[in-house]
Amino acid sequence: MAGQSPQDPGDKVAYVDRTAANAGPLAGLHARLLLFAPYEMLCRLRLQLGISGRGLVIAIPYLWLLAFFLAPFLIVLKISFAEVQVAMPPYSPLFTFVEDGFISIQASWDNYLFLLEDSLYINSYLSSLKIALISMLLTLLVGYPIAYGMMRAPRRWRFALLMMVILPFWTSFLIRVYAWIGILKKEGLLNLALTQLGLINEPLTILNTDIAVYIGIVYSYLPFMVLPLYANLEKMDLSLLEAAADLGCRPIKAFWVVTVPLSLSGIVAGCFLVFIPAVGEFVIPDLLGGSETLMIGKTLWSEFFNNRDWPLSSAVAVILLLVLVIPIVLFQRMQDRNARAEA
Amino acid sequence: MSEVGTAGNGARSGSSAARQLWAPWDDPNEKPHVQIVDVTKRFGNFVAVDNISLDIFKREFFSLLGPSGCGKTTLLRMLAGFETPSAGKILLEGEDMSGVPPYERPVNMMFQSYALFPHMNVEKNIAFGLKQDGVAKPEISRRVAEVIDMVQLGPFARRKPHQLSGGQRQRVALARSLVKKPKMLLLDEPLGALDKNLRTQTQFELMNIQEETGITFVIVTHDQEEAMTVSSRIAVMDHGKIVQVSTPAELYEAPSSRYVADFIGEVNILEGRVDQREGDHLIVQSPEAGCAIETGPFNGETADRPVWVALRPEKVRISKNAPPKSGRNCMVGEVWDIGYIGNLSTFHVKLDSGKMVTATQANMARLIERPITWEDRVYLTWAPDAAVVLLG
Amino acid sequence: MRQGLTWFNIGSLILGFLFLYLPIALLIIYSFNESRLVTVWGGFSTKWYAEMLQNEGLLSAGWVTLKVAFTSSSFATVLGTIAGLIMSRFGAFHGRTFFSGMIYAPLVMPEVITGLSLLLMFVAVALDRGFVTVTIAHITFSMCYVAVVVQSRLVSFDRSIEEAAMDLGCPPARTFFQITLPVIAPAVIAGWLLSFTLSLDDLVIASFTTGPGATTLPMKIYSQVRLGVTPEINAVCTVLVGLVAAGVLTASLVTRRQEMRREAEERLAVAGG
Repeated sequence: MAGQSPQDPGDKVAYVDRTAANAGPLAGLHARLLLFAPYEMLCRLRLQLGISGRGLVIAIPYLWLLAFFLAPFLIVLKISFAEVQVAMPPYSPLFTFVEDGFISIQASWDNYLFLLEDSLYINSYLSSLKIALISMLLTLLVGYPIAYGMMRAPRRWRFALLMMVILPFWTSFLIRVYAWIGILKKEGLLNLALTQLGLINEPLTILNTDIAVYIGIVYSYLPFMVLPLYANLEKMDLSLLEAAADLGCRPIKAFWVVTVPLSLSGIVAGCFLVFIPAVGEFVIPDLLGGSETLMIGKTLWSEFFNNRDWPLSSAVAVILLLVLVIPIVLFQRMQDRNARAEA
Repeated sequence: MSEVGTAGNGARSGSSAARQLWAPWDDPNEKPHVQIVDVTKRFGNFVAVDNISLDIFKREFFSLLGPSGCGKTTLLRMLAGFETPSAGKILLEGEDMSGVPPYERPVNMMFQSYALFPHMNVEKNIAFGLKQDGVAKPEISRRVAEVIDMVQLGPFARRKPHQLSGGQRQRVALARSLVKKPKMLLLDEPLGALDKNLRTQTQFELMNIQEETGITFVIVTHDQEEAMTVSSRIAVMDHGKIVQVSTPAELYEAPSSRYVADFIGEVNILEGRVDQREGDHLIVQSPEAGCAIETGPFNGETADRPVWVALRPEKVRISKNAPPKSGRNCMVGEVWDIGYIGNLSTFHVKLDSGKMVTATQANMARLIERPITWEDRVYLTWAPDAAVVLLG
Repeated sequence: MRQGLTWFNIGSLILGFLFLYLPIALLIIYSFNESRLVTVWGGFSTKWYAEMLQNEGLLSAGWVTLKVAFTSSSFATVLGTIAGLIMSRFGAFHGRTFFSGMIYAPLVMPEVITGLSLLLMFVAVALDRGFVTVTIAHITFSMCYVAVVVQSRLVSFDRSIEEAAMDLGCPPARTFFQITLPVIAPAVIAGWLLSFTLSLDDLVIASFTTGPGATTLPMKIYSQVRLGVTPEINAVCTVLVGLVAAGVLTASLVTRRQEMRREAEERLAVAGG
């Protein structure tokens, strides 16, 4: 039987005094700042509005994003309804004050109509989607074996392999695309190597074609595909493959029936991370693509910087956003669900 | 079962007679230290704790015992302040703890995973709580040293958690929760991660510490041996409700239901109907047992309903010879299996009715020859007081 | 099935890494080429590095880029850590779905859209473009990356040590600073490094949102690259790659060593040290 002493050896239980408890550095700072009238007013205002401390914490990044992520989109939308003007800023205002304090709204659908009429834009959108989709599949085809190889590698190599995949990601995107120019151009290293090996007689034109764009996108976005795939594959229980083998399943079939379905969420994540930004990609088609390579990012850039047509560029951006909104929402939902599931 | 517990109680003050008599829960003048009043906790549609009321007295070593999912951890967390009751209230020394967050309660908890701060060494881990209360530095050093001494972690004071073994980490967690001298200490499965030898040793250390410091301990466990060893009282829980609250001896010898009888230790349960009453004993007819059972004292209402009789295996005598007076408290069967664990032999006997019962015997002599062996026809007898009547 | 590599695995790893590193390697090699032409190897020379160091435009652009990167990543880390904390700990609140949408969208949003929209907003509020606007733009998209990194770290965080801290008398805000933050520090630092890299590397958004006097290095490189391959640019690239590689390697070696020492200590403790 436990702890049974009839004599109480004095009350050894002493409740610690917490009056000195709020003596941390932040609390001290807060106490001193309260002596300043503006700070004190803000604190009282906060209490009166019923904003909890928690609410205040949420507000900080929320307000920033509202101001610098959401508001800009609204402005793009507004300007897309404006007309181009020779003025600074080079577009007509939405609201103008006329006599008697009335506000006249000047909005036109001209830009959107123009986009729909001129085949350049429709073709750019379609071509962007096509190129992005093909690049995404190519990246998957190239990236999956790499991620799979990393997963099968012995434990002590994994860290090094991971570093090797991440390292190019840390070096400049621009630099890596630029490197391909030197390789793919007519007088470039690839043609040099192929000619030397006797495989071709005439130098291949790869630079400034769609093929170069594919190579460029796959190359640049490869880490974005490999990392989610690897993260997913790494968590896979290898004993499942052993169980499949034990039950008579050949390795190749086991790969399709066990490994691929289990890595599906990694595949989907990687595909989103490649496809969505690739649609609006600018640098790669600009440096590696040709004049026939139509991508909407390039079109938007030239519309803005070369033609200085801000309203039209805004309309282009709005349509691009509408095209991408479904994948983006799907991506965000998937991320949120994964994060919640892991919790 | 209960014999093992008393063996290790070393340094104790007070005479043994006084020790047996310490039972504040029986004293109407004693005010409970902690009162749990009609507390319910719901998570969505799931009721984890179902209208529980409980009084815990000062200096008790109280156990919440039950299988996983019975609500004991939820109840503990409500005492700590990490969950708020959906209904009911919790009073600590008469003060209502509703709305009091965990960092303002004079209650400390020792977590199952120990939850040591990985970026602080042992001393800083232990000192953390005192620092939060703004205790002066020299006082902190003194108290930390005192408690490190109590748990014998002296040479490891500067180490970080990852440099300690499991048992050492457990002691740090204990020290950390004791240093603030809380009014109540809550322990969530404290010995689960330790191996058997370390567990037994730590059980007695815990009891000693509780004695010395005089803090009320509330421990959650699924291990009934542990609960029986350390507790002053145990609350057996099932599906969010408390089934019985008693001292270990009472729980073992006088369970209130089949659930409790079965949960604590090994037991034979025989079903039957009450035949007649002789004074405060009952005579139960049990076709299962194949005999009439004369039970111990029972004063409840038994008119015309099935009852169950609980019989502890160690109280059943097994013999190849028929007893002088058969007919009552005597079962006949065939030895089905024998379990030998060195100090005890457990006989699984198949009665003529088909029911399996167990009888345990201490091996008084060395087992050169087996007096009783497989397939022997044996007689099981017991004293009337050993048979406990259960109504549910 | 052995935990081993088949020929296919080894082959795909080797080919994959060749693909990833060959262009960079060639870039570095040709930065030391005496000749301007890629097809002709004129001998080993460091003259392009000398020219690079004398190129005022390049150097000042580099300096601007560093300042922007440093400032924006510091702010982005603070904002992103708060956002990550909110996403993983604060449960449901009004507008949570919208908030998480705003956190995840920039991760995949095409840069031309973000750049254009920010520029138009700066013009609309008549904010002069320059260092401040570029920094604001970088903070905005970087903080989302930091938020994701911090959130995923917090999700796998053992909450019982936060509860232990509260149990010992530490209110939630102080618990975050004294307990949670030190433990997730590596993730926060990784977030800072990620923001730094993204800012250092950004071309499109900087082009839209910057102004006179705040030309960044990627913009400089881009304008020169459009005119053709120049070995001077190769030299700049090599230096940048070298710096980054050195940084990443040191960081990973240091963490690796720490990890191994920690494992050794744990083993020692379990053995009864």
